[in-house]
Amino acid sequence: MALSPRRATGTQRSSEIIISGMGVRVRGVRLTKSKDKGRSRAPARPEMLLKLELHSNPEALCLVRATVERAAEVLHFQDVETRAIVRSVDEALANVMRHAYGGRPGLPIEMSCRRLEPGAQRSAQGGIEILLADKGAPVKPSTFKGRPLDQIRPGGLGLHFIRQSMDEVEFSRKKGKNLLRMVKYLSPTSQAAASEGEQKCR
Amino acid sequence: MQIAARLATGGTILDITGDIDLAHSPAMRKALLQEIKEKKTPKVFLNLEKVRYIDSSGIASLVEGLKASRDQGSRLILYGLSKTVREVMELSRLQKIFEIHDSEAQALAS
Repeated sequence: MALSPRRATGTQRSSEIIISGMGVRVRGVRLTKSKDKGRSRAPARPEMLLKLELHSNPEALCLVRATVERAAEVLHFQDVETRAIVRSVDEALANVMRHAYGGRPGLPIEMSCRRLEPGAQRSAQGGIEILLADKGAPVKPSTFKGRPLDQIRPGGLGLHFIRQSMDEVEFSRKKGKNLLRMVKYLSPTSQAAASEGEQKCR
Repeated sequence: MQIAARLATGGTILDITGDIDLAHSPAMRKALLQEIKEKKTPKVFLNLEKVRYIDSSGIASLVEGLKASRDQGSRLILYGLSKTVREVMELSRLQKIFEIHDSEAQALAS
């Protein structure tokens, strides 16, 4: 029952790509080459890469995973880092569906991915910032932790996976929405590959 | 995700194909528990060679299957784990709890 990308319908514009299908609406911004070649880079505002609007339907998760995987690859994350990012997004969305929305389908979730430029935030290498927002039941920050791993029992692993996989994880609630911010920085070797990739693109 | 069952020496092999995520882990859990609890199969082999992704709900289903097999005095044997599945097993520190083999031949010989 895996979702097939063929089922999605897509339209493309000059500067943004919109794909909709299977309850997921994706707005993507094409990456453009920097015009300030040769200038020193100052920390920049995170660049929007993707904005997704989806419903709390578990069937949509595989489509989101594929989208996030591609976004991480475009940013030149290594395979192991890409898998970590995909895993974190999937687990976070699953938590929203199961806990914040109590398993009820058809409820809204927003997700945005931003590119962190080198020098921005606390990273010299740059990276990706992912924000999730839902209108579900408030999640107590005190419960926002996984269970001890020495207990061999089902459940409670998702948050542990997220914390192990991402560099920054922040939870908050604002204006009736649960907000989850996750950041993954490029490793120095990934950054080197990214620079090489940009050179080849020119 | 698809699940197919076939007979093997001393037990049953469940061939899983696709992603084991929130949408599909209930189906795998059902198949696994049916084999262990209802059919009381002495050895249940889980072939994960064609599993591209597994999330925490999938891992939870495996843990439940493992507990059920221990209760029944039977064995749950996993094989053919991809890099992605192995990573998740290691993150959850369960790789030493499960009986895991690289190939079907090794699993059947165990």
